[in-house]
Formats: sequence, C-alpha cells, structure tokens
Amino acid sequence: MSDVYALIKSWSILERMLAFVLLAPVAGGVLAGIDRKLSARFQGRYGPPVLQPFFDVFKLVRKERIIVNKFQDFPIVLFLLFTIFAGALFFAGADLLLTIFSLALAGTFFVLGGFCVSSPYSHLGAEREIIQTVAYEPMIILLAVGMYQVTGSFRVGTILRHHGPLILYLPGVFAGFLYILTIKFRKSPFDLSMSHHAHQEIVRGITTEFSGPALALIEIAHWYETVLLLGMVYLFFAFNPVLGFAMVAATFLFEIFIDMNYARFRWQLTFMSSWLFTAVAGVSNIIVLSLLR
Amino acid sequence: MNAVIFLIVFPLAVSFLALVPPLSLAVRKAVGVCVNLVLCIVPIYLLVTNLDREPAFYHLESSLVNGGMLLVELLLAVFIGVVSVRAKRYLPLLLVVVQSLIMMTFEFTSGHGIEIEHTLFVDRFATIMALIVGIIGSAICLYAIGYMPEYHEHYRQVKDRRAYFAFLMYLFLSAMFGIVFSNNLQWLYFFWEITTVCSFLLIGYRDDAASRECAFRALNMNLLGGVVFAVGLFFLYSSSGVMELDKLLRADKGMVLFPAACLAFAGLVKSAQFPFSSWLTGAMVAPTPVSALLHSSTMVKAGVYLILRVAPVMEQTAAAKMLTLIGGVSFLVTALIAISQSNAKKVLAYSTISNLGLIVACAGVNTAAAVWSALLLIIFHAVAKSLLFLCVGVVEYKLDSRDIEDMDYLIMRLPKLTAVMMIGMAGMFLAPFGMIISKFITLKAFVESNPAMAVVLAYGSAATIFFWTKWMGKVISIKHGVAEVVEHRVSRWEWVTLGILAGATVAVCLAFPYISFHVINPYLREMFGETPVVDTFNVLTVFVIMLGLLIILPAGLFFYAFIDKNYKRVGTYLGGGNIDNITFEGAMGTSRKIELKNYYLERYFGEERLFNAGVFVSLTLMFIMFGVAVL
Repeated sequence: MSDVYALIKSWSILERMLAFVLLAPVAGGVLAGIDRKLSARFQGRYGPPVLQPFFDVFKLVRKERIIVNKFQDFPIVLFLLFTIFAGALFFAGADLLLTIFSLALAGTFFVLGGFCVSSPYSHLGAEREIIQTVAYEPMIILLAVGMYQVTGSFRVGTILRHHGPLILYLPGVFAGFLYILTIKFRKSPFDLSMSHHAHQEIVRGITTEFSGPALALIEIAHWYETVLLLGMVYLFFAFNPVLGFAMVAATFLFEIFIDMNYARFRWQLTFMSSWLFTAVAGVSNIIVLSLLR
Repeated sequence: MNAVIFLIVFPLAVSFLALVPPLSLAVRKAVGVCVNLVLCIVPIYLLVTNLDREPAFYHLESSLVNGGMLLVELLLAVFIGVVSVRAKRYLPLLLVVVQSLIMMTFEFTSGHGIEIEHTLFVDRFATIMALIVGIIGSAICLYAIGYMPEYHEHYRQVKDRRAYFAFLMYLFLSAMFGIVFSNNLQWLYFFWEITTVCSFLLIGYRDDAASRECAFRALNMNLLGGVVFAVGLFFLYSSSGVMELDKLLRADKGMVLFPAACLAFAGLVKSAQFPFSSWLTGAMVAPTPVSALLHSSTMVKAGVYLILRVAPVMEQTAAAKMLTLIGGVSFLVTALIAISQSNAKKVLAYSTISNLGLIVACAGVNTAAAVWSALLLIIFHAVAKSLLFLCVGVVEYKLDSRDIEDMDYLIMRLPKLTAVMMIGMAGMFLAPFGMIISKFITLKAFVESNPAMAVVLAYGSAATIFFWTKWMGKVISIKHGVAEVVEHRVSRWEWVTLGILAGATVAVCLAFPYISFHVINPYLREMFGETPVVDTFNVLTVFVIMLGLLIILPAGLFFYAFIDKNYKRVGTYLGGGNIDNITFEGAMGTSRKIELKNYYLERYFGEERLFNAGVFVSLTLMFIMFGVAVL
C-alpha cells in the first residue's frame, strides 16, 4: 500500500489527472457491476455478470442516434466533460471548492439537457433533478467548510495529509454527507429524477429522450461521479488508508442496502428531509467546531 | 481633479440640455450618443491616470457651491412637501420636515465653523464605481433611446415626457458621480438626497395608481434613510468635529461608531436590504431602463458603496456583526423567495437584493478577503444584472409578457437575444463565470471569521441555483417544428447596448485576474496593509475552465448546427399517443396539448411569509445594531 502511495505522490498534477481520467471509468464500471449483482442477489435474482455495465455501454455507443432536437446531446457532452474535470481536480489534490463548483456546473448542464428536449417526462425529470440539486448542495458545501475548519485548508492534498482522524471532528458532517450521497448515487428513496430500477417508474424521467451514444455518455459520467464521491468519503478516513478503503467499501454497500429497502420518496419529503438533516447534523457540527477553536 | 469635476458637472449640464425643447429627434439621438461616449471614456481615462497613484484629495473653495446646495436642498424639500400634500400622503411631508429641521439647525449652529480640508477625492474604489456608473449608466441611456418610443407605443395612456425622462436619467448619473467622489459628507448627503428624489420621480413616471404607490413607498423609505443620515452627520460633527469621509475613518472609533451606524443604515435603505426591500421590488413598475439603472449600477450600488466605506469604523464591533447578519438574512431570504416568483423582473429584483446582501455581509466581515470579494461582486453584478434587465425589457414587448412561464421556446423565437440572456445568466450563477469566483472567496472569508455565515451561504447558493437553472431551462427548450421569429422588431439601439453589456460581462470575467491585481489589490493594501492570498493554481484553473467554455460553447453549437448530420430525428415521447409533437391523444379520444410549467414551490417559499419573516428578523438585528452603537 505504501508503495502505491509513494508512486502517486511522485506524480505531477497532470499525471494524476490523467490517471483519474483513464482509471476512474474502469473502477466506476466495475462498481456499477457489483452494485447490480448485489442488488439482484438482494432481490433473489441471479443478476448480470459484473462486467455487464461495460457491455451495455459498448452496445449503446454502437446504436443509431435518435434525437428530438439537434442540440440535445451538447449539454450531455458538457455534463460528462465537467464531471471528469471535477474528478480530475479532486484526485490531483487541488481545491475542494473548485471540485464542488465544477461538479455543480456539470449537474446544471445535465438539467439543461433535460429541459431543452421539451418532452413532458424529461421536463418533470429535470425539475426533480433541480430539486435534488438544491437538496444536496448545502451539505456538499458544508463538507468543504468542515474540512477547512479542521485542516485549515481547502486543498485536497493538504486535507489528505492531515494527521488527525477527520471523522472524529466531523461525525455530523459525515452523517449529513452520507444522507445526501444517496441522492448523488441516484439510489432509492431519492432516485426521483431517474431511476435505475424498472419497478420505480414507467417512463424514465430526465433521460427519456436520450438514447444510444448520449445515454452511454450519461452512464460514463455516472461512473466518474461515483469514484469522485467515494473519494470524498475516503477523505474522512485518510489518516489510515486501510480503514479508509474499508469505509469506502462499507459506504458503498450501505447505499446499496438502503436502495434495496426503500421505495421512492415524494420530492417534498426528499427536499425537506435533506435540508433538515443537513441543518441538524452538518450545521451543528460546524458550529461546535467553530466554538471549540 | 478636472476629470472628477467634469464627471459630476457634465451629466448635470446634459440633463438640463435635455429639457431644451426645440432640438429635433435626430439631433437628440446624435447628442445622446456623443454624451454617452464621453461618459464611458472619462472614467477609463481616470482609471488609466490614477492606476499607480495614491488616492488623491482635492480642495474646492466652495462657499458659493455650498450655498447653492443648501438652496437646492430647501427647494427639493419644498417640492417633496408639495407633491406629498397634493397626493394626500403625509408621511413624506413629515420626514422631509424633520430632515430639513435637522439640517437647518446644523447649518445655523455650526455651519459656518466647518473647515473642510478636502471636498473631493478619488481612489481606486471610487474609480471602479465611476467606471460602473459611467459605462453601464450610459449604456442604459443608449438603450432608452430605442426603448422609450416602444414604451409609449405600448402604453398609449401614459403621457409622453421623454425630455423629462432624459433629464432625470442624466441628473441621476451626475448625482451618482457626486456620491462616489465626495469626501465632504455634506456633499455626499446632498447627492444622496438627489438620487432619492430622482428615483421617486423615475419610478412614478407612468403616473398611474400603481406606480404612484410604489414611488411613494420608495420615497418614504429613502427619506427615512436620509433622516437617519442627517442625524448621523449631526452627531458626528458635534461629537468629534469631523465632516470628511477620510477623517471619519481615522477618528477615534468609539466616538464615531454611532454616526457610522447611521450612515450604514442609510446605505441599507438605499441598497434595499431587509427590512427595506419592498421599495426595490415595487420599483419594477417603472420603464425597464429605470429598473436597470436602479438595480444594477446606481441606486443600490450607492448603498453598498457607503456601507463599504464606513465599515472599517465598525470593525470588530457587535454592530459590524449585526451588519453581517442583516446582509446574510437578506441574501438567504430573498434567494429563497426568488424561487417562488414567475415574474421575470421580480426574480431579477430579488436576486439583486440577494447579491447586495452578500456584499453587505462582506462589508460587515471587513477583512481583506471579504472586501476583495465584495468589490468583485459589485463589478460582476453590475454588468450581468443590467444586461439581464435590458433583455427582459426587450422580451416583454416582443411577447407581451414578463412572465417566465411565457418564455417557452424563447431560443426559437428570439435566438440572438436568448444567447445574450444566457451570457447574463451564466455570469450571475454559473461556475466559473463572474459571481461564482467571488462567492468562492466569500466562502473562504466567512469560514475564517464567522462559520454561521458559511452556512447561510451554503443554503443561499443552493436556492440561487434553483431559480436560475429553471429559468435557463425554460428559455432554451426547443420544440419540433417552427416558431414565429419576432427578433427583427428589436431596435438597433437595443442591440448595440446588449452587445456592449454582453461583451463587458465576458470581458470582466476574462480580465478578473488583471482587475484583481492592478485595481483591487492596491486598494486593499492601502486599507488593510495586506491582500488576500489567492491560490495561483486556482486562478489558473478557473481561467482554464472559462477559456475552455468560451471556446467549446460556440464550437459545439456550430458543430451540432451545421456539421453533425448523422442522426435520426423523431418526435418527443408522449406516452405513445402522439398526434403531432405537442398534442397527444388523451382519455376518451380527446386530443390534448402539452404545456410545460416550472415548479415554484409556493408552499415552501411563498413570498409573503418569507418576506415578513425576513423583515422581523432584520428589524431586530437593526435595533441591536443601533443599541450597541449608542452604548
């Protein structure tokens, strides 16, 4: 493990970015495969092979491009680009806030993609996607604030090298982050704008009018995003890499478990509960930290 | 010094020139263009010549001018009195009487003893403000040349008083330059009152019941601010004998805290912070150029300008904390209210109050980083918001509605205008353009000084994303088939202005490292002796994203419009029952049209409830602010 660390440390920023760009989709795809396999087992099915997400994406790319307006794929391309950029910034050890803003920018493009096709299903999905964004955004910013309070820096590199266990100072922030992570992973009960499960909706929300290659791009962006978010989870436990990876795995399993046990919430509940949970867990944590200083 | 005096006197002269009746329309237009060019160029000249210099103070032998100002003030008071009696509204009368009494007492008890060392001054902050007032103000005046004929065509019942309108607009600009350059607080107060009266008359331009109501609301609130301003001056002089802005900053902080709080109060009223927000949302009854002028470059910016100027006096006091909180409450509550609004102008108004709230909060924090972001916020907000107001003004007459819900398929009906509008919106909320750079630094400043404010910022930013994104989504939706293009009816004057402002929005984003290093940082070094350390890597990254987007966006649009041919185009999915693209077969064989509406979440973000909550909270905070300032 320490060899890998030493190797990564010796890389320059651009090399680290490149490594993320190349490796993250592989990891994300495999994670998606594991997710599907485990979910199937929970439901008493056998499930697809772990590499199925890759087969799906390859097949999607080769499909005919069917669109409803000429520009609809452009926001999706930007969505993917900025998701990758956000992740690359994060794994290069750059500023956490910049990462968050790039991710928000990517999310905005995704929503705009949903709006511009002006299909009722996609429109509804886009509206819900905004509500989800608004629901999780405060907590993500508070995550950066909390980490700054403990480590004195917004830089991922500095936060990573911090000696103390972040999780001990930021239990509330972590709990809040875990809550909104379910939204970001598009898991039940918060998969309002689009769901990976056929039983949740008859017509898929925001991606209704996206098919073939565009859908493949959305899928790939989701892989990148998964890796990035798990990276943020890792930051809380970075003082001990073994524990860190164990907790990342545990978090991932936890999200799948939640996904299996809930039906979809209404947007009202999603929105209010996220903001309240953010306030109770995240804000109180931040205020305690500021009083301690 | 000449440039400074020129900037105050020149628009004043122009405003009187506008009243001269015999000029023909063509001459008026030509003169307008020349005047506006001059008003753009002189501030730039000021910037270039003062870039590397210390703040310059000027003395003006001014007993004659002072007497003149006093006379004008009295005339204005009489005017307001007459107007309010005629309208049977006695609150303004009362306020103006109180105000005049205070000023007269002041004048006759100590008026002659006042020794003013420096009447005018110019530093980098003043230059920034002059640039904003000059360039954006004159761009709005250009726009008005094309807009006003259309306005009168639209509202035939409104009396055509264009000369009077132009008079007020230029008078307003003159007063704004006066506010920005005055070091003598009496002068500052004089110009302050001029803007109050001008805004009252401009808001009431339509002269019907609704606009009169809103005009008087604005007048009442701003006169109240003026009364408190006068009280502040009175106390300032009697306690410490100071009547100049630079001396105020150097005076004993305990002695001048109360006057500073009074000035900050006047600033809060002008910048429409809670509890005085309602005058700004009412101000949208005025013609669009007026709302653009009030909201983006002048009136509200005068408020935050004064607050930022006096904030150092309140540094580290409980009063400053209250100021921060009032800004925070205004920022958060109005951002939430904006979610529930579908009237485009109202959304813009609430977003204005919200952004100004952030600036006020930064002023309250008053660290180098906070002031850095406050100045950038002022710049970015001024250009992007004026652009958006003018866009909405055009849309309003092309679609006969200012409701966002009527802006479906806007990109098909007014393609170029929508592109310009998107630039403005991107400048307002989209990373990495404009506002978001400053929010980024604001967050850093807040985390260090006051984590509670970081929380406010986190929630407020989320709300901001909500209302902008859904509006953006509305205007870029595209339907199958054709929509009537109505763009050819937009006048050339309007296009030129929109072009200038769109260019300016992009330019200030690209030039932000330059503005930061050469204009803002030297100012901060004078004020704080330090500049905020901004990570070079971050600046570089932001720059790369911006440049990337500026290249990718046009290139991508070009690709998808002209090069990309490899697709099969189908209709949208309507549950399998498509008749054509926007109608489908409903139950019982009926054919139904689809309509797409946005969410407004009235139940959560209803205007009335949140507004009242904001007013109560901020009133409490304001009383605390004065309480601690008096003690």
